[in-house]
Amino acid sequence: MADQYDVIVLGSGPGGYVAAIRCAQLGLKTAIVERELLGGICLNWGCIPTKALLRSAEVFHQMKHAAAYGLAADNIRADIDAVVKRSRGVAKQLNQGVTHLMKKNKITVHMGNGVLKSATSVEVTGDKGTETISARHVIVATGARARDLPFAKADGERIWTYRHAMTPKEMPTKLLVIGSGAIGIEFASFYNDMGAEVTVVEMLDRVVPVEDADVSAFLEKALKKQGMTILTGAGVESIATSPSGVKAKIKGKDGTVTEGDFSHVIVAVGIAPNTESIGLEALGVKSERGIIAIDDYGRTNVKSLWAIGDVTPGPWLAHKASHEGVIAAESIAAELGNKDVHPHAMDRANIPGCTYCHPQIASVGMTEAKAKEAGHEVKVGMFPFIGNGKAIALGESEGFVKTVFDAATGELLGAHMIGAEVTEMIQGFVVGKTLETTEAELIQTVFPHPTISEAMHESVLSAYGRALHI
Amino acid sequence: MPISIKMPALSPTMEEGTLSKWLIKVGDKVASGDIMAEIETDKATMEFEAVDEGTVVSIDVAEGAEGVKVGTVIATIAGEDEDASAPAPAAKTAEPVKAPEPAKASEPVETAAPAPAPSGASSAPVSDGQRLVASPLAKRIAADKGIDLATVHGSGPGGRIVKADLEGASAGAAKTATATAAPSASAAPVAAAAATPVPDFGIPFEATKLNNVRKVIARRLTEAKQTVPHIYLTVDIRIDALLKLRGDLNKALEAQGVKLSVNDLVIKALAKALLIVPKCNVSFAGDELRTYSRADISVAVAAPSGLITPIIVDAGNKTVSKIATEMKELAGKAREGKLQPHEYQGGTASLSNLGMYGIKNFDAVINPPQGMIMAVGAGEQRPYVIDGALGIATIMSATGSFDHRAIDGADGAELMQAFKTLIENPLGLLA
Repeated sequence: MADQYDVIVLGSGPGGYVAAIRCAQLGLKTAIVERELLGGICLNWGCIPTKALLRSAEVFHQMKHAAAYGLAADNIRADIDAVVKRSRGVAKQLNQGVTHLMKKNKITVHMGNGVLKSATSVEVTGDKGTETISARHVIVATGARARDLPFAKADGERIWTYRHAMTPKEMPTKLLVIGSGAIGIEFASFYNDMGAEVTVVEMLDRVVPVEDADVSAFLEKALKKQGMTILTGAGVESIATSPSGVKAKIKGKDGTVTEGDFSHVIVAVGIAPNTESIGLEALGVKSERGIIAIDDYGRTNVKSLWAIGDVTPGPWLAHKASHEGVIAAESIAAELGNKDVHPHAMDRANIPGCTYCHPQIASVGMTEAKAKEAGHEVKVGMFPFIGNGKAIALGESEGFVKTVFDAATGELLGAHMIGAEVTEMIQGFVVGKTLETTEAELIQTVFPHPTISEAMHESVLSAYGRALHI
Repeated sequence: MPISIKMPALSPTMEEGTLSKWLIKVGDKVASGDIMAEIETDKATMEFEAVDEGTVVSIDVAEGAEGVKVGTVIATIAGEDEDASAPAPAAKTAEPVKAPEPAKASEPVETAAPAPAPSGASSAPVSDGQRLVASPLAKRIAADKGIDLATVHGSGPGGRIVKADLEGASAGAAKTATATAAPSASAAPVAAAAATPVPDFGIPFEATKLNNVRKVIARRLTEAKQTVPHIYLTVDIRIDALLKLRGDLNKALEAQGVKLSVNDLVIKALAKALLIVPKCNVSFAGDELRTYSRADISVAVAAPSGLITPIIVDAGNKTVSKIATEMKELAGKAREGKLQPHEYQGGTASLSNLGMYGIKNFDAVINPPQGMIMAVGAGEQRPYVIDGALGIATIMSATGSFDHRAIDGADGAELMQAFKTLIENPLGLLA
């Protein structure tokens, strides 16, 4: 039997659907398999709807601080149901957008649960029964889910994952967030702004542990100022649910265990790849703790089988998945004889990360500590928002831009920002890093005034002892 | 019909020239024999006379433009009955090569920039006139390591050379031809300083990684020897009087705890000589010559990390006891590696003394952008003709190395003579 398709993409998250579009653009006959909603977690239950929630929280926060801007707002209150409704509306709009993109690119959508029967065929079980489809290449893009704590299985009532936290039936009054990665901190920030009393427990010695230590320290201070309780170097020992809430035993930094009452718990201790029960084991696909091993282009050890996104080594971010999707699609096209595509290897050093807490965090490349560990002699630049006119005008003078350069070559090794709008600004450094700029080109670049981005320029100048406004 | 005035060949070897000065302007009437411009060739500045009569319509090459090729249209004049306001398209189109802009025109003839600015902005070396596409980081790493980018295969979009492509690429493939032809590129001397791979003949050795001082010495001295034409002038100097004076002074200064060395007096002598012969107290700075009005002497000191040259600022106007005190302090700092940049960067001339090792005389390498260095050997008793009879005198040989681009032999000789006179009549050092 001839193959029905050139490529089947298993999973339609930001990795899968982008891979499918790129395959279609390159003239490959493409199918995509999705068991739930086109767009995957990112659009439906992740990045986008949380940004909608956080926007509401931000507006609410501004309303509460209206007086600081010379404005009066009385009787302000949050309607959590309406906030959630808006967020769901945004997700729905984007979900329809992906449906449209699939149609436009003539990608066949197979709704149902897909299981690999071989490296080139997938059995899809949906509402209308089971069918087997085949292709010359298959891309696994099944993503990941929240990791559970053995003693705190999410029930959607009192113990939540991100998914429950996104569609709360009620507003938590006293919230415990376990884990201070991007997801944990974003929800902590959201519910704190919405009026809940929030406690964050982090096992490691600082919040947002993947970020630069200066960013962690700054964020912890800012969150505490906003009224959060931050417990680092601490662990939750046990959780007991009751109809009125939960009791949590928390072991602190000093080893003492205290008991606390909370209305709800959000478990945000990382993610687990969706690599079970999709037929990978039978094919002998190499993986480590569920994470599929790939080369720089997405090839697994099994011929014709590719993997991208959260099922592969991190960082587990939507934009990394999309980029891997494009690389895999182009690599497949090249293997199928397309001479015009020149896929490039994935460069993990230049993948930015953004956390939408308040203040925002954005970074790319190595932290100062990592750079030193890697043997670089570094030049470090630091510029606080308090020296930036636009930040002061916005009433957002909390934050800084830190840059790390290799002292010998001037290579930009990393950039770390915390403060207003930094998630929109990091791309400037990412472009620079991807183009392999040195400090010289960054110093020569004209940054527009008045913008917060001037702090980026100042940070680079500061690394070379030339900052102007400090 | 409009007449195109072209860059003339004012000497048989002239290929290009500098338009130093225009003596006419648009609208001027010129007659045959009028001097229109001053043009500087490789040998001299010459006047350029008009052959034709007419009105100047346009001046096509700006005053000061360098490297203007012979035959390039430099101005256009209209004949007697022509409309001087009309443009002269024929004249312009007739000449395929339009006169380059002054700034651009200066590039091909520009000579060594004395201060090698390690700017990443400098463009990548070009080969065969084709632009090499490389990331700024790749360019800088290549310059630092002395890698010729033309030999590197680019793996980025469109063959762009990126950092990863330089891993494993080795120095040494430096283009010597380019290096000598265009010494203005800072990369060239660096590339030259990076040694070619040394073959291993199985002789036991210990490899020591170069420290920064050693790297700088290698780079600067390679640059000096390759780009600065040295001339060497040697004199024998009788130092009996100097030694006696030193003895007397040391006795007198004992109470103050100051002890003069011969070298301290030689520093003073060199500085004074440079003030007497300022033509040798200079820097050759590409298109200009800098003559310094102060003599700052860089004194070579052997420090554990390598040669370093702390500076006695304004040594010509300092007392010898002051020089002795400063030198003691600077030499101490140099040996401890504690010299501050301002204490060893600069200087208008250098002094290197290897007398304490019994070296009779030697030729030193100029320390750019300085114009000269004095190499001093050991003071030793030699047979010497004194008043027509063979006698014994204490003689010290000194050899001055001069940058011949800036200093002619006669000027250098004048300095050597002044230096010798000061040392042989050392009371002049105290005045």
